[in-house]
Amino acid sequence: MANTTVSQTPSFNEAFYTSLYEVLDGERVRTCLQCGTCSGVCPFGYLMDYPPGRMVAALRAGIFDRVMDTDTVWMCVSCYACAQECPSKIPLTAGLMTRTKEELLLAGNIPTELQSALENSQRYSNPLGESPRKRAEWAKGIQPEVTIMRLAKRPVEVLWFVGDYPSYHPRVQLASEALARVLNALEVDFGILGPEENSDGDSQRLAGERGLFEMLAEKNGQAFAKYEFGEIITADPHAYNALKNEYPALGISYPVRHYTEFLAERLDQLQPLLKQEVEARVTFHDPCYLGRANGVYDQPRVLLEAIPGLELVEMAHSRSASLCCGGGGGGMWLDGFQWEKAHPRLSEWRVREAVAAGADILAVACPYESPRFEDAAKMVKDAGKLAVRDIAELLAEAMGE
Amino acid sequence: MNIVVTVRLVPDLVEELEIDESGTALDMTWMRLIINEFDDHSIEQGILLKERGGGQLTVVVPDVEGADDVLFAAAAKGADRLIKVVGDFEEGVNNHALARGLAATLKDLQPDLVLTGVQAHDDLDGSVGPLLAEQLGMPYVGYVSGVEVSGNQTTVRKEYPGGLIAEMAVTLPALLGIQAADEPPRYVPISKIRQAMKSASIEELDAPELDPSGAPAVSRMFEPEAGERATMIEGDEEEIAERLIEIFQEAGIL
Repeated sequence: MANTTVSQTPSFNEAFYTSLYEVLDGERVRTCLQCGTCSGVCPFGYLMDYPPGRMVAALRAGIFDRVMDTDTVWMCVSCYACAQECPSKIPLTAGLMTRTKEELLLAGNIPTELQSALENSQRYSNPLGESPRKRAEWAKGIQPEVTIMRLAKRPVEVLWFVGDYPSYHPRVQLASEALARVLNALEVDFGILGPEENSDGDSQRLAGERGLFEMLAEKNGQAFAKYEFGEIITADPHAYNALKNEYPALGISYPVRHYTEFLAERLDQLQPLLKQEVEARVTFHDPCYLGRANGVYDQPRVLLEAIPGLELVEMAHSRSASLCCGGGGGGMWLDGFQWEKAHPRLSEWRVREAVAAGADILAVACPYESPRFEDAAKMVKDAGKLAVRDIAELLAEAMGE
Repeated sequence: MNIVVTVRLVPDLVEELEIDESGTALDMTWMRLIINEFDDHSIEQGILLKERGGGQLTVVVPDVEGADDVLFAAAAKGADRLIKVVGDFEEGVNNHALARGLAATLKDLQPDLVLTGVQAHDDLDGSVGPLLAEQLGMPYVGYVSGVEVSGNQTTVRKEYPGGLIAEMAVTLPALLGIQAADEPPRYVPISKIRQAMKSASIEELDAPELDPSGAPAVSRMFEPEAGERATMIEGDEEEIAERLIEIFQEAGIL
């Protein structure tokens, strides 16, 4: 029977709709044309019960609770493809998708697989569940020694925010070591926080855990405040995004650059050091949080083209049309969940494109990618010879370091 | 129904373990403690029972580093009453002492159902459940993975080796050693924990003087030592294969 009385308390649907206005440009959601571009460009839109466009339609129809009963929102990898293509410029990733995940998380509708990464981040300040005391162990043995701020007790020009996977993941540690060698070769005065560094929290935030993000940001803010440095650099586009776009609203504001921006600016100094030829056809995968989210497309390519012998080729999807590796927005911790629903991983799609582009090397600039693409290459036909290398690793190799 | 969950904190194996100067115990100085995995399941089972049939859920933890975090997380999940038993627990106590230390508090709470993790990775003198049941004069069933309550009776599923499961009825009050809750322990968002820290309060109750008697004494604690019987076979594949065949022949296997 229809309820004819007007409710005095706003429904969940209304409250949620209004909450979207709090995001920057959030009110644009009202201008949705229902063109369906977002759902079409979404790499997992084809299997979502409610892809972004239908989510907006459900909101307007006052039936958003139906979206809340599904689990396919967890297929969203926060890759910004929908927001990039939206003709009404609705902040779909930052607003609709993230807010929905926040509500799902509060309602307890969260894949079990995601839970341990969040619990680890709560307890150990990193999603991998590694000991916080061992955060700087990757740097042992590097010469000249990597400066750890707490021990050095002196200002540095550059604070390197290393990040979770570059600190702990055995494959990504190799890229960290390479970047340390490149920075040392350029005689950059840099330091790291070591055990005082915490996860940047951005992927946890985009997986709906806003409170956890704020807790981690506060801890990092306290660590930053203890030391003197000129700027922050990071190899992790997710940390870069957090530090650049999210931390300032929490009162934590420092100049930050991705390492590719930092090194591209020093190209004059870097170029003469790149003496060894790297004879290879190389294609570059634009990370979502370097490219679409932050508009950094050229610097990684400038660095690659500076390497002698290297031929840069583009994949079918590149720059703002780049295809997500599948690791963002919590995807890094939902591999089984997403594989069960989709079967081919996004990283496998991407590796197919790299093979089709005739590349010998798939160059990356995000710590999620080396392990994801190397695993994917094992699954994709004809990808057996495709090497995955971080730009820092290619630079170090060209330096003979 | 009055449900009480007792929780232990155990060494967090993410950190390196060190043996103290006495050579008979872990060095607790820098030790980080974490909720015993099975106790986490006990809390979840308690909350599931409360959600299904109502009642009050109390969580009891000995006072060690990290106890408050465990209690507030439990409150955020739905626990009603948080109790920290204050005593000389910091240096680590055996389960005999812990059971006696918790028994006085539990008697006062007059529970219908006590849930505790079936085991912990540092149980050196038996698990705490049966010891506590003895102190409280309650029946005990361990290795439980499934609990239903109806009136003054609980029906539990107990796991046996070899894939056997027994369903048995126990008259309340009773104490159960939980192996797995009906559902995996839920995630609590930080915002809910922070809310609980503001709204929930922790009661501190004194433990009696701890009595560790009845437990075996540890004479030596040490890291696993490499055996001396292993032989490393050197050489290329061919040489190694040949030597392996010889060894198998000597042993009478080939």
